[in-house]
Amino acid sequence: MSIENSVRRYILENYLFTDDQSELVNDTSLLEKGIIDSTGIMELVFFLEEEFGINVDDDEMIPENLDSVDSIVSFINSKPSK
Amino acid sequence: MENFQLINHRLLGDSLLISAQKHPSKLVASTNDGEYTYQELLDHSVALASALLERGLQRGDRVAIYMDNSWPTLYSLYSVLLAGGVFVMINPQTKADKLAYILNDSDAVCLLTDIQLENDFIPILSGLPKLSHVVYSSEEKVFPRGVISIEHIDKVLKNVSPSDFLKNRSISSDLAALIYTSGSTGSPKGVMHTHLSMLFALNSLIEYLRISEEHRILNVLPLSFDYGLYQLLMVVHLGATLILEKSFAFPSLIFRRILEEEVTVFPGVPTIFSMLLSSHERSKLCFPTVTRVTNTAAALPADFIPTLKEIFPNALVYKMYGLTECKRVCYLEPELVDKKPKSVGKAIPGTEVLLLSPDGQPVKAGGVGILHVRGPHVMLGYWKQKELSEVMLKDDIYPNQKILCTHDWFKMDDDGLLYFVGRSDDIIKTRGEKVSPVEVENILYSIEGIKEAAVVGVTDAILGQSIKAFVSLKESSSLNDKKIKKLCVAKLENYMVPKEVMIMDSLPKTANGKIDKKQLV
Repeated sequence: MSIENSVRRYILENYLFTDDQSELVNDTSLLEKGIIDSTGIMELVFFLEEEFGINVDDDEMIPENLDSVDSIVSFINSKPSK
Repeated sequence: MENFQLINHRLLGDSLLISAQKHPSKLVASTNDGEYTYQELLDHSVALASALLERGLQRGDRVAIYMDNSWPTLYSLYSVLLAGGVFVMINPQTKADKLAYILNDSDAVCLLTDIQLENDFIPILSGLPKLSHVVYSSEEKVFPRGVISIEHIDKVLKNVSPSDFLKNRSISSDLAALIYTSGSTGSPKGVMHTHLSMLFALNSLIEYLRISEEHRILNVLPLSFDYGLYQLLMVVHLGATLILEKSFAFPSLIFRRILEEEVTVFPGVPTIFSMLLSSHERSKLCFPTVTRVTNTAAALPADFIPTLKEIFPNALVYKMYGLTECKRVCYLEPELVDKKPKSVGKAIPGTEVLLLSPDGQPVKAGGVGILHVRGPHVMLGYWKQKELSEVMLKDDIYPNQKILCTHDWFKMDDDGLLYFVGRSDDIIKTRGEKVSPVEVENILYSIEGIKEAAVVGVTDAILGQSIKAFVSLKESSSLNDKKIKKLCVAKLENYMVPKEVMIMDSLPKTANGKIDKKQLV
């Protein structure tokens, strides 16, 4: 599965509780739309670390890297696997 | 305005008038939108207050503020106070149906909001007979002309003509705010607080937190939550500075702000402290400028405290307990946090608490009783809910006085310190928010395919309680737990959505056929 699909699936299943692909737009701000709230971002980070074998540093946990499907995908692509 | 000299804080809005007079060029807030001085907060609040008066606001009228933590929220709040109105803060996570309920229940005449929330507020406008004006911030949009005027806040501020914004000046026993909270009937209730009760609570908090105008208070909590709201009220009252963030979602951004802004007060709830602790485990954190750390909403696990003291080596750690009906009940002196790690302390300054049995008799030393609260911080009652008010406000032993029954069981040790034992009703307290099981059950019953539903609170180390729903389905139904959660997300604030949904063939019943929740807990 591509990175994009796997990120989308995780968000759809765990935050939107659906498999309807049309409910998640790749450039939507997850926080502003209330899809993910404060505690959700940490869960998302744990998922990304586990799923893609990367390390997310504290100073990488910023909206530019994590606030939409698009930004998550390009963030993962920029990371070397551990 | 130039001739206006205030010495005493009689009204909540006087905090701003006095602080702006004292140090106009000092920063009142550093927000994601920018930095603002006391003079700017005053000017914006006065302009919006004048605009509200131009639009017909009468003394005591309710104005709803449905926005996230932003600069416009700050001046919106003070504009309502200066104009003699009553502010109603609404959590921006609130969905359309509940928003409509609150706006109707409070008879709000004006809604101050943000365009990002239009999907929730636009569709309900036709069902709000009392509402005449909507003023929104952020991006500007064109709306068709309707019965309700919808205007952009910048235009409103630009076109206002100077007026005597104090012509509606309230008196201190007038209402200052309705703070909506979840109730056992399933519909939210407006807690009525006067200028007097809020100013009293404010001063009491400031006294025991030992803070002054030099402090820089970080607020990541929603301003619609009274814990967040009072951070702002304290700042403005003291002439201090607020470091405002929308949430704790991106902890590293917050960590940077704490260091850059030299934050001195860090108010949190257990979910935030738990995220802080897990970040600290990944890479060490240290915030030496912070001198006060406060916790309320749910009990702070005692084993968090040693690590918190590593992260905040110079801070006094405060454990507190309260409810919207009196803002705050008690706090533990920070010097006792290691000696009495499970206690939430004693009554806040100027108030008292007592433990009574369910029939109103004092309990003997060391016994468990229902916590009752006396003091000027106690609410007037619930807005337009006489019977529900009487459930909370009981006759005191002194004639014509009322005492607040918290419906929480507590015990007291030999030093007079309080320990939470449990709740005496079935209200769930999760992440510091009260959730009525009936409110969640009503939403579950509105889902096609659900036959029976029961919602209970399950003990959770971080959340206090987490919400668990048990449902049984109609035969034809193809619902599963995820679908049910999804339908809940569309109708309920995130914190109210059941964390777990369990589908059963049928729910256990009592002898008289009611669902037996005791068997489910």
